Amino acid sequence: MTIMKGRAVRATATAAMLAVFGAPLAAEELFYVSGAVGNAVENFKTLVKPWEEATGNTVTLVPMPASTTDQFGQYRLWLAAGASDIDLYQTDVIWAPQLADHFVDLTEAAKDLAPQHFPSIIESQTVNGKLVALPIFTDAPALYYRKDLLDKYGKSPPKTWAELAETAKMIQDAERAEGKADLWGFVWQGNAYEGLTCNALEWVKSFGGGQIVEPDGTISINNENAVAALEAAKSWVGTISPDGVLAYQEEEARGVWQTGNAVFMRNWPYAYGLGNGDDSAVKGLFGVTTLPVGKEGDTSAATLGGWNVAVSKYSTKQEAAISLALYLAGPEAQKQRAIAESNLPTIISLYDDADIAAAQPIIPQWKDVFLNAVPRPSAPTLGKYNEVSAKFWSAVHSTLSGEGSAAENLELLEVDLTDLKGSGW
Amino acid sequence: MATNDGGLSLSQQRQRAAFWFLAPMLAALFFVAAWPLLRTIWFSLTNTLLSDLYGGEFIGFDNYLSIRVLESGRVIYRGTLVDPAWWNAVWNTVRFAFVSVFFETVLGLIVALVLNAEFKGRGLVRAAILIPWAIPTIVSAKMWAWMLNDQFGIINDILLNLGLIDQKIAWTASVDTAMYAVLMVDIWKTTPFMALLILAGLQMVPRDIYEAAKLDGVNPIKVFFKITLPLIRPALAVAIIFRMLDALRIFDLVYVLTPNSAATKTMSVISRENMIDFDKFAYGAAQSTLLFAIIAIFVSLYIWLGKVDLSGEGQK
Repeated sequence: MTIMKGRAVRATATAAMLAVFGAPLAAEELFYVSGAVGNAVENFKTLVKPWEEATGNTVTLVPMPASTTDQFGQYRLWLAAGASDIDLYQTDVIWAPQLADHFVDLTEAAKDLAPQHFPSIIESQTVNGKLVALPIFTDAPALYYRKDLLDKYGKSPPKTWAELAETAKMIQDAERAEGKADLWGFVWQGNAYEGLTCNALEWVKSFGGGQIVEPDGTISINNENAVAALEAAKSWVGTISPDGVLAYQEEEARGVWQTGNAVFMRNWPYAYGLGNGDDSAVKGLFGVTTLPVGKEGDTSAATLGGWNVAVSKYSTKQEAAISLALYLAGPEAQKQRAIAESNLPTIISLYDDADIAAAQPIIPQWKDVFLNAVPRPSAPTLGKYNEVSAKFWSAVHSTLSGEGSAAENLELLEVDLTDLKGSGW
Repeated sequence: MATNDGGLSLSQQRQRAAFWFLAPMLAALFFVAAWPLLRTIWFSLTNTLLSDLYGGEFIGFDNYLSIRVLESGRVIYRGTLVDPAWWNAVWNTVRFAFVSVFFETVLGLIVALVLNAEFKGRGLVRAAILIPWAIPTIVSAKMWAWMLNDQFGIINDILLNLGLIDQKIAWTASVDTAMYAVLMVDIWKTTPFMALLILAGLQMVPRDIYEAAKLDGVNPIKVFFKITLPLIRPALAVAIIFRMLDALRIFDLVYVLTPNSAATKTMSVISRENMIDFDKFAYGAAQSTLLFAIIAIFVSLYIWLGKVDLSGEGQK
């Protein structure tokens, strides 16, 4: 009976997919390139299987390093060379303005699908009226905390960064006294790369220090609140965070966290599902909340992340590639991704989906967080965003590693950014 | 010796034949070495962007140095030659090159002397010692990155258990140790290469000289400095040049082990960053050109000061 039912469902699904994506033509072999974070690579085969069955095409995942900065360099090189080897690119939310010329306009193809997504995300992927990429999931970081440890010491999840530092220090000291020498208070992403820009933007913004470059293009980073934010972060290194945090990206932080060696972690939602996996030492022992604020009354800031799928202009199999892009950005694939990888969907209705709520309770909770998330200044700075970001993360990294004070480094940064801006972004 | 080949003498014929035999090689060299170099120099004199490789216009030496006087009378200098990030990279690279080549030479020499001795299983040891050199740099760099990881890394674990350190060290993250980490991995990787080149030199040394020294009762240390070292000097000099060339353009190891760290960023890394990440292709090309010039200067100086004979003649 269940088998019969399963078959019937699959047959209906296939029929529906045929209607949406068109009957299979000659089978095409597509190449999809994406960074390898968490279980994205393992899940990809399952994710695209229904599409492969419905269309007869096949798709191969080309995995790339996890660092978005590294991915960008390689993609830009391929695209500048007009390489036709890769048909679809998984693109970061900040790349659209810089790579727009190399991708196919999806406005027409996605005219039915796009309105189901959050308008702000579709807008972030639209450059001069051209829909450069379709969102497949969005991202807004969370503060992960160890419920068991907080309960043990009668603490509640921190509201301010100062509270976080205090709680972390207290628990770290107490647990170490009990013999857990490897326990740290707080892990985050301090390597000199795009991720540090995200982390530091959250500190600065939640201290009321603006967002580096404001939407109108003014450079706002050199202010007291930003200085206070960076000085606070600097005080964590070597006390509640290991010195090595200055080389951590997402996966290193998750490594420390998931082996049970951290009280708090700043990370993206993908770590939620993995943290509750069977091989995780913290399974069922942690909760998530919004990131702390500078002082009472400030608002919490979460950097808007998210990934999209874009079709290369140089692909020789554009029709099949567009069909795959529509599938990956569509409700079925987003739901699968939400359940298997705890990625936040970009389709509004999925936040009311009962299956997702049951499998990954973080997701429905997270809707408001990402709706209020802070975008990085990629829109005002256009093609110069990477350089702005690199200068910002370098200034932050220097401050954190003790080369110059926050005030000195931000003053220099302002000069550099003003030079870079010239007569306009 | 009269021939009917259009009246060419034998030596002319041989020269002509030699030219035709060399032609494919010259053509290949032109396409893989000269042409890219000339292109890079040309790009450095334009305002080319990576997103528009053929749309650059000639702008003279502005990528190297441009001086503008503002209306207020303030003078603004721009370009690579006044870019502190570039000079930081030059300093990093030069420091890296000298330290790594020095240690690789000394250690390589020691290893080569050991391998040159007669002992059982010498072939096996010779093969085994080459393993670090045979592993692709990306793989070994990643492997070392994990070994040097501050929390899970085996190096910290060993040092901690031996009681040599009382706290885990963040090797690749800390500004103080990042360069040491890169140096250590490079020395580990390249010492075998130096050892091999020096070993080749050692095997050219005639055995009878050693026997003569032995009969005369010269002590081994004196033998090394008075006989071995002078005789392998040409091989050693060539090996050092190779390593120096290699070390001055180090990229992969730094890029994998400590990307974006100002403490280790080298000339190649910064030029790639400008060309690709920042879309300042011409600016990066200017840095590549300077990199080429710096390497050329170093090698010329070395050959001139060390009177290295690269022609393979002389001293006979």
